[in-house]
This record gives sequence, structure tokens and C-alpha cells, in this order.
Amino acid sequence: MVTSQDIREILATNEVLAPVAEQIGDDDSLFDRGLDSFGSVQLMLALEERFGIEFPDEFLTRKSFASIAAIRETVATVLHPQAA
Amino acid sequence: MDSTFSPRADSRAAEIFDEAPDGVPSFLDRLFDQGLLVRTGVDGLYGRSGAFESVVDALERLISRLGAADGAEVMRFPPGMSRPAFERSGYLKGFPNLAGTIHSFCGNEAEHAELLACVEARSDWTGHQQATDIVLTPAACYPLYPAAAARGRLPEEGGLFDLQSYCFRREPSLEPTRMQLFRMREYVRMGSPEQVLAFRESWLARGTEMIRSLLLPLAIDVANDPFFGRAGRMLANNQRQQNLKFELNVPVNSVEKPTACLSFNYHQDHFGTTWNLRQADGSVAHTACVGFGLERITLALLRHHGLDLAAWPDAVRTTLWG
Repeated sequence: MVTSQDIREILATNEVLAPVAEQIGDDDSLFDRGLDSFGSVQLMLALEERFGIEFPDEFLTRKSFASIAAIRETVATVLHPQAA
Repeated sequence: MDSTFSPRADSRAAEIFDEAPDGVPSFLDRLFDQGLLVRTGVDGLYGRSGAFESVVDALERLISRLGAADGAEVMRFPPGMSRPAFERSGYLKGFPNLAGTIHSFCGNEAEHAELLACVEARSDWTGHQQATDIVLTPAACYPLYPAAAARGRLPEEGGLFDLQSYCFRREPSLEPTRMQLFRMREYVRMGSPEQVLAFRESWLARGTEMIRSLLLPLAIDVANDPFFGRAGRMLANNQRQQNLKFELNVPVNSVEKPTACLSFNYHQDHFGTTWNLRQADGSVAHTACVGFGLERITLALLRHHGLDLAAWPDAVRTTLWG
């Protein structure tokens, strides 16, 4: 089970999002909060390390990492593909 | 948006790209045989003949004419740029495999003797080479951003620059259109998102008209830069989803994999943020550029109109040479 708080803890390690990580709502756009393309790649790599997964190519998009809710769903789908 | 090759061009292209029987020289071989390109022993590194250069020169004049009314500021940089500026640009995040650095001998006299002994023995002589403060320019606009930012805020109307440089990308290939050292002409716009997007739109139209006037088949497609690795796949997907890059493609090596001869890029605030480039009101500047692959357009002309410039269609010759 991936929680929003799990995701927020990872956002807190991102240079741009760290100062605001705790204030970000589940559906807020991370890109509106200042996340850029390279930042989203760093976030993707941090999520892979934290959850011990490798995102398939079709998940390597802006949409997959656009919000806490989107990330939760993306990670859950990769962790438990049969439930998706 | 035009995304298919024109019917007229399709039928000609099919003729041009008919599979050559075994033993028939490749397009690259024919360019060498005709003396248009000169072998150096390295794939993607070629000399150019006077005839080849006469086309490149004519294309440069044509591009200047197309952009003349805009009053771009002309700047020319050598094909090397400051290493600290290159590092700050972020190029290594996306394209570490394409970058070229300049190294020089930094040893003492004894080490000089070792170097010569290694050369003599045909073993690795580069041990005492060290990176200098110059790297090879990867795109004509890279040296511009720090230079423009150093001037302070942009004027109210933003900035517009005209650039041309030899550029380096380490991707040795037998495709003549994929050279390691090639010339890129660029116009670069700096200002508000609206200003730079309007610039890109205008060049999408002008570029299309330019290539049509050269009687070349074309298609414009959404594109992505060749970012490195898995992280690069995500950057490439992002770039495509946001329509940040378009390419004007012409079939040169094949119809299936046409060659990008022009590219139209919206960098958003990437370079503005990287270089603290500011608009007149103090907000971060957005940038966009149109790039012309001078050798690639020349090769497209040679492919479609033949290796004898005098036999090219009159309309093409008039467009190029008046």
C-alpha cells in the first residue's frame, strides 16, 4: 500500500519541492509547484529506488508523475500489475 | 499541420530510393566519387568541395533573406565554447554521449618523451592529455545564452539573434547526413512565451515555404532530442507531449527514416532560468530557436536534384543563385 505521505517524503528530498512538500495536496500539479523536466526524472529515479521497482517505458511520461495522486497510482500499478 | 510527404514528391522519392543492386555505390560513395565530399578516414568527418560550399553559401543567403525583415542581431562564435558555460548549460544531463571536449598535452619534458615513444609504438599516447577550458560547441546557440544574459535584462521587444557555427556531436555514421562536425544556422528569439511562440510559428511557415521553393518533399512532425538513457526516454516523452520540438524532415537516406533538415524548438524557461536571463519586467525569459542543418539541406538537394548542380531544375537554381 503506497500512501500519500510516502510520496510526500520523497518529494521532500527533491531540491525544488522540498520547501513545500508538506503543503502539496494530493491532486495539486507538481509542475505548477516548480517541478521541471529534469526534476521529474530525478523524482522518477528516487521513486524507483524507494520502492525497488523499475517503471516500464510507457510510464515514463509527465502524466505519471504530475501529482501525488498520479504517482500513487503509477507506483501501485507497477507494484501490483494484476490489480490495475 | 503538414505531416505527410507530398504526392508528387512521393512518386519521385520512390524512384530515387529504389533499392540499389549489390555493388552499386552508396549515396556517400557517389558524393566521394564526384568530389563533393572528401574522405578523411573518419566516418562523419569530411571535407567539402567548392561546388558543395557554393550550395551552403547560397542557402545561407536564402536564410538571411527570409529573416531580413526581422532585424536579428548577427553574432558568430567559434566552434568551441567555455567549458564552465557548457557545464552550466545542462547539456551533460541529456547528451553526455554526444559531447566533445578539447584536451591538450599538459606534461613536462620527460612526459613529452613518453608521449613520442607511445606514438612511435602505436600505443595510447593520451595519458598526459588534460581537459582544457574549451569544449566543442554542440549547437550554435549554446554560447549565446550566457553572452545575452551578461548584458542585463532584455529590451521590451525581447531579443532576436542570428547565429551560425560548426557544431560537434559524436555519432560516427556512414549516413552522409549524420556528420560529426557540421554547420548549423540559427535564429534565436528571447522574450515572453507569446513572443517566442509567435516566432516559432512564423518560422514553421517560412521554413516550409523555403524547402518547397527548393522543390524538396517535406513533412513536419513532432520530434524529440536524442536524450541519453532511461531518464532520457522520459525527457523525450515529456518533450513530445508538450510539443516543444518540431522537425522538418526530407527523405535523404531513405523514405522510412527521413532526415531532419530544420528544427523548431521551444525551450520554455530552461535557458532563461539556467542563465538568469530576464525580460524587461524582470520575469524569466523564455527562448525558442529555429535551426537549419546546412549540410543536410545541401545533401537533400544533391539527393533529389542530382550531383551535377548545373543540371538542377531552373526554379531551384533561381531560388539559390538568382
